[in-house]
Order: sequence, then structure tokens, then C-alpha cells
Amino acid sequence: MQISEVNLKEGTLCYHCGDVCNKSLDIQSGDKVFCCTGCKTVYEILHENNLCKYYDLDNSPGISQKKLESAASSRYSYLDDPKIVTQLTSYNDGKISVSNFVLPQVHCSSCIWLLEKLYKLNSGILHSEVNFVQKTVTIKFNPNEISLRQVVELLTAVGYEPQISLSDIENKVKFRSNKSLYYKIGVAGFCFGNIMLLSFPEYLAPVGSLEHSFKQFFGLLNLVLGAPVLFYSAGDYFKSAWSGIKQRSINIDFPIVLGLVVLFIRSSFEIITNTGVGFIDSMTGLIFFLLLGKIFQSKTYDALNFERNYKSYFPVSVTLKRSAGETSIPVSNLKNGDRILIRNNELIPADAILFNGNANIDYSFVTGESIPVPKVAGEIIYAGGRQRGSAIELEVIRTVSQSYLTQLWNKDTFIKKDEDKFNSLVNIVGKYFTVVILFVAAAAFMYWYPTSLRTAINAFTAVLIIACPCGIALTNPFALGNAVRILGRKKLYAKNASVVERISKIDTIVFDKTGTITKTGDADITFNGSVLSSIEQKLIKSLVRNSTHPLSGRIYDAIETNELLEVTSFVEHSGKGIEAVIEGNTIKLGSALFAADNNKILLGKDRNSAKLDSRIFLSINGSIKGFFAINNIYRKGLEEITSEFKDKYKLVVLSGDNEGEKENLERFFNYKSTICFNQSPHDKLEYVKELQAGGHKVMMIGDGLNDAGALKQSDVGVAISEDVTNFSPACDAILDASEFSSLNKLIGFSKTTKKIIIISFVISVIYNILGVTLAFQSEISPLLAAILMPASSITVVLFTVLSTNLMARKRGL
Amino acid sequence: MGVIIILVFFSVLVAGGFLVAFIWAVRSGQYDDRYTPSVRILFDDESESKK
Repeated sequence: MQISEVNLKEGTLCYHCGDVCNKSLDIQSGDKVFCCTGCKTVYEILHENNLCKYYDLDNSPGISQKKLESAASSRYSYLDDPKIVTQLTSYNDGKISVSNFVLPQVHCSSCIWLLEKLYKLNSGILHSEVNFVQKTVTIKFNPNEISLRQVVELLTAVGYEPQISLSDIENKVKFRSNKSLYYKIGVAGFCFGNIMLLSFPEYLAPVGSLEHSFKQFFGLLNLVLGAPVLFYSAGDYFKSAWSGIKQRSINIDFPIVLGLVVLFIRSSFEIITNTGVGFIDSMTGLIFFLLLGKIFQSKTYDALNFERNYKSYFPVSVTLKRSAGETSIPVSNLKNGDRILIRNNELIPADAILFNGNANIDYSFVTGESIPVPKVAGEIIYAGGRQRGSAIELEVIRTVSQSYLTQLWNKDTFIKKDEDKFNSLVNIVGKYFTVVILFVAAAAFMYWYPTSLRTAINAFTAVLIIACPCGIALTNPFALGNAVRILGRKKLYAKNASVVERISKIDTIVFDKTGTITKTGDADITFNGSVLSSIEQKLIKSLVRNSTHPLSGRIYDAIETNELLEVTSFVEHSGKGIEAVIEGNTIKLGSALFAADNNKILLGKDRNSAKLDSRIFLSINGSIKGFFAINNIYRKGLEEITSEFKDKYKLVVLSGDNEGEKENLERFFNYKSTICFNQSPHDKLEYVKELQAGGHKVMMIGDGLNDAGALKQSDVGVAISEDVTNFSPACDAILDASEFSSLNKLIGFSKTTKKIIIISFVISVIYNILGVTLAFQSEISPLLAAILMPASSITVVLFTVLSTNLMARKRGL
Repeated sequence: MGVIIILVFFSVLVAGGFLVAFIWAVRSGQYDDRYTPSVRILFDDESESKK
């Protein structure tokens, strides 16, 4: 953004938030300068309470208060509703209440410091604790001294407005934790370590030299320590293998469980009958390694949320207008025919008809397009838009869950579970592997049966034990887990490890247009019409300076003149345009009809085509000078990406907009690509479904709620976001918009990862063949098993981690 | 040599103590947030007299 110097005191930054200050406003408190009154208020609150250390820990740590309009005092009145209060508190005994809040603004150590000093601002607050990674604060307070509403208002007053949405009310904020995995790995590690110690005498002592009583004592102790590892720590593998069998398919966990169970039974038998020492050491070691792999794979991005639906964005309450006055009710209670009041910056929660007021609806949330759309009374306004400007009154015509946009979530796509749509390579391998192993084991049994039953059983169990596919099972967590970390460094945040594998399979890429391949909040402005003189430029710049409309801001930035003229009688006609008298000239800027007021329009055919893109007409003293056209700016790197992709993948663009940008888009996409316009959210979903029915593996890249259906339906849904912690519909991965240009590298890397996995499978199968050859002769010593099994695991882990790192470096990731 | 059995018993007991300590640490939430405490510890104590 270009900032003209005339307006600014050189180099004055807001003491609170670090934004540039506008000299003409001159907001000061003591010797400190602020960019807006909001920032100043926060500073004064902190100053009064002796909390100014906030500003010492980090430079200008505050959150700019400019965008927060002075909210109506009744804004949080819904928090007085006891039902909502119970839903938002996690603990309450009458004296102490505990609530969790999500604060997306948390970003530095000052934030932590201040939020944990809340008790100094209000004695009703007993304790507050920040979780920086999840961006949450847990507040313990005395409900007799301070109400939940006051707590929220206090947070808002110091600049941390909590995010309270419909989904928080309907199901309490869940805090994910995988504590049970930690317990399991703790138990496995403890038992594994002790068993290794107890097994060392057996490894080191020459055969037969170990005293017999010790041998049995150590064996029994091993068995006691091994049992919890098998039945508790490895419990998830049993569950997964069983659920696989129930669905009539064999996954990779089945041969693992089979190997483990056979190991345990044979070891117990040997130890109890005093015929051997068993393989408990190998068994526990294997389970310990598998669990380590699980921890490694479970890299999660706590601050990101991949499960959001419309409920996460929609407000909790809405102001209902009755004859008796205004009340605040939960949006889920809205009924058809209710009259609601939407103030500036509030979201419209249900489809409604505009009853009264000047609507100027910003659908950036839904479509990615940030230029507000004006609406007149009687028009339908769809849910999901945000009002910009003065308050409007609406009449609800469909309830929240039945609205045009939210209906999308009633579709089958959202009911299906995630796991159903993908069959991982490792499970396919596991299926064949199991069949082969059972066959080999049976063959060994048959081969030895004529010799003796005992040898036959030994050979049979030995094959199942040694063939336990630990190498294969470890490949996935380590290769994919490491890939997730590498992609995360490049700001592509995958929901889980299977996403990486799914990316490697795609052959079709579907893009949304607005906000995805074009940049939000940034546009190229050109003026079409007679050439503007420098005086006219000054007139326009002075005019738009007075308007808060986002388009005015863009025109302001686009005009390169620094001199500003005095503006008199400035009027903003909401939804139409702005006008003012500047040095005797009447200047108007706005829609064609507004600018040309006497209707003797315009540059001929332009009037009809004016719909196709955003045009702002200019008239000076009654004569039309031309119009400003706003062209989308495509993201940096789009050209390289499409030129590289168009031979490898089928490319599709699904745009919710009209065909205004068709020519520009065709420059990027070749004749093989498909470009569709006027796509509704449902159309997008159906389009992806159709592609999948044709056997394509689809990656959908989108940004708004209108892409939510397609993102969910696709094999890999990637949400692109300017601010990853803030705003993204449910998806499989979130890509930071700044890294859009490295998309091709990221997809290429995922494909390489799959190759690495296959090579690693081959390595571990070689180990298995080696082991099985020995086992077939019924000759495996515990020492050999204790060496061979960890050796194959460690080889696989080292190979996958090192080679994924190497490949990432080679690709410049 | 019987003393080895007693020693093994004690070594398992001591190791079990550490296992219990680990489980207690997980349960009490020490593994829930592995970042914030590292920042919190660097804040100076309040000197209330400072004006």
C-alpha cells in the first residue's frame, strides 16, 4: 500500500499496535501517539492498572483497534442468557467458573504476559492461563463478582476479542489431546527397557552357562512385563485389525497383530514349559518402535482448524426486532418471518429479505470477493454476507440450517467419514503380504510335518514371527510424518499424514477463481475514458479520501498525486456512490446511473456491458469523464504453475462469477483446461463428483465457504488463506497464500515421497525374505530375532527420513 | 547369587517409580502445552513498589 507523506508525520508509529499514524487525527495520551482512539483506550486501561510492561516485552505488541467499530453495548447481551453461559463454561460450582476462549489475536510474549495478568484488571478473575500454540486462554473467575459477559467485555476492552461462534455453543470447544498415546508409549518404553536388561544375560552368556533358576525367573519376569505392552500399548493395532476384518478387508495391522500374538503365545509356551526364553524382547521392542512412529506421524498444527463448517463463522446471537423492542436471541432459534437487525460489520445468519436500510453486503467470507455488493429493499440477501455501513433490517425467509449456503452441509458429502474415501498403499500391500505369509507358513508346516509335529509348529510360528511386517508398518509413519513437517516448513499445513499420500495420486486440479488464483483485497485499477488532467486527479483523490468504502481506498492508492484539495459538502450515498463539491466543481463517483444522474447515458454500449466487471463511473460537473475498471490481480507465480501443470494434469477453473474475466483466464490456461463460470456452491460440488466418477483423482483449491462442498468432496481439498490461523473452510490442508507459487514443488515432493515409500517397502521385504528363509528351516535363535527385527526397523526409519530430507533439499523446499 | 533376584526386584521397583512419575506428569497436563511455559518463565517477577 502506498501511503502519501503529506498526510503523515514522518515515521510516527502507533505506540500500541505499530501502525502508521494519521497526523490529522492527532491522537495522543501523554507523550505517546496512537493511530486510533481504540488503541489509545487500551493503552489508558493498561496505564491506569500499572500494566505498561506490556509494551516493554515486545515493540508495539498491541492489536490495531481501527477495524473494530465501536460496538453497540448490547453486543454481548446474549451472554447473559443462562443457557449460553452454561454452554460456554467448562466448570462451575457457584464460586468458581472456568471458561475457555479462542483468541486469534495472540501472537507474542506480551500477549501471554497481559492475558495472564487479567486478575489485576478485575478482582473477580482468579486466574488465567494462555496456551500460545492453540491461541486459547483459560479463565478461572468468580461468577458472583464478574459475569461471563463482563469477562468477554474485559477481554475485548484490552484488545483481545474472543471468537465465540455457533459451533462453540453447540458443542463445547474441544481441546485435542493424545494423552493415551503418551501413556501407552510410557508403559511400552518402561517394559521394553527392563526386558532388554533381563535378556542381556541370555545374549551374552555362552550357551548353557546361565544358571537354570535365573533363566526361568528372568523369563517369567519378561512375560509379566510383556503382557501389558501387548494388551495395553498395542491395543490400537488390535482394534484396527478387527475393524478391518469386520469390513471384510485386511489392512496392514492384521499381519502385525498376527505376528505379535504368535510371538507372545510361543514365548509363553517356551517360558512356562521351560524349553526356551521366548522372544518377548523383540515383541516389546517392535511395539515400542511402532508407537514412536505413531507419535512422529501425529504432528498436528494445533492453532489450525481443519474441521470448520459454517457454524464456526456464524454469530451466536442476533438482534431480534419485536414491537416491544430489541432482544438478542440465539440464531438457531430464528424462525421464518422474524425481523432482525444487522449492524455494521455483523454477519447475516439466514437468508432474508431486505426490509429497510442501505445494504452493502461483503461476501468475502463466502466467495473470496471483498468488494461489497449493494442491495435495495425487497431483494433477497443470502446468509454469509457481512453488512458494511449503517444498520439494516431484514425479514428471515429461511432458517439458518435451510439457507442457500448452509444447505450445502446437509449433503451426503458431509456425512461420509474421511477414512472411507481413501485406501492407503500400505493397506493394499498389507493384504497381499498377509496372504503370502500365511501361505509360506502353511508350506513350512507341511514340509516339516512328516519329520515331527513339534518342528512343524516351530517352523510355522517362526515364519509368522519373523515375517511380521514391522518395516512396512514403520515406513508410512516416518516417511509421511517427515513429509508433513517438510511441507509445513513451506506453509502447506496438512491435516494428517494420509493427505501427503493422497496428494501424490492426483491427476486433476480444480481451482476456484476469486481469492484463490486472484488476490483478495488487491486489484489493478485502470481508468478508461478521456485522459485525466492533474487537477482532475487531485479532485478525485481528495474526494475518495473522505470515503471508507474499500473501492475508494483502492482508487486513492492508484492515483499518484500528493496534493489534496479542500472538500466541501461531501455526501456518501450508500450502495450508489459518493459526491462532493471541491473548489466549485461538483464531482461524482459511483455506479453508472448515479454518476450520470440525468440519465442521458453514456458511452453507448458500455451501459450494457457494465455488469461484467466492477466499474466506477466518474462525472465532473455533470459530464461523464469515463470509468475506473477494477481488474483482478492474479497471484504471483500463477503463470509458471499453470504452464508447468497443464501438460501433467487436467486443469479446471470453477468460478462463481460471471464471464468478465474469461479472456484473462484463457491467457493462463490452455485449450485442454476447462473454465466454468456462474458456478453455485452446489455446482462446484457436483462438478468434482462428476470428475471422480470419471476416474479422476481431484485436488480442489479454494478459499471461501462456497468452495466448502467441493473441498470436502475432492480427494484432497486445499484451502488457501492469507492468514492461516483465521479463516478457512473445512479441508485436508491449508496453504498460506504467500507460498502459492511453490505449489508445483509441493505436489512434486509428495509424489517423490510415494516413490520413497515404495523403495522402503522393497527394502523391508528383502529383510523379511532373508528372515523367512532362516525361519523356514525352523532355526531362529532369540538373539537372531532380537537383531534382525530392530535392524530392519532402523534401516527403514533411517532410509525414509534421510531420503525425504534429501529430496526436499534437492527441490529447494 | 540369590541377591540378584532382590536387586532385580528393586531395579524394577525404581523404574516403576519413574513410570508412575511420567504418567502423573502427562495426566497433570505437562504435555498439553509444550511452548507457553518456556515464554512464561522468562517474565520477571512483579516489583510492586515500582511506580
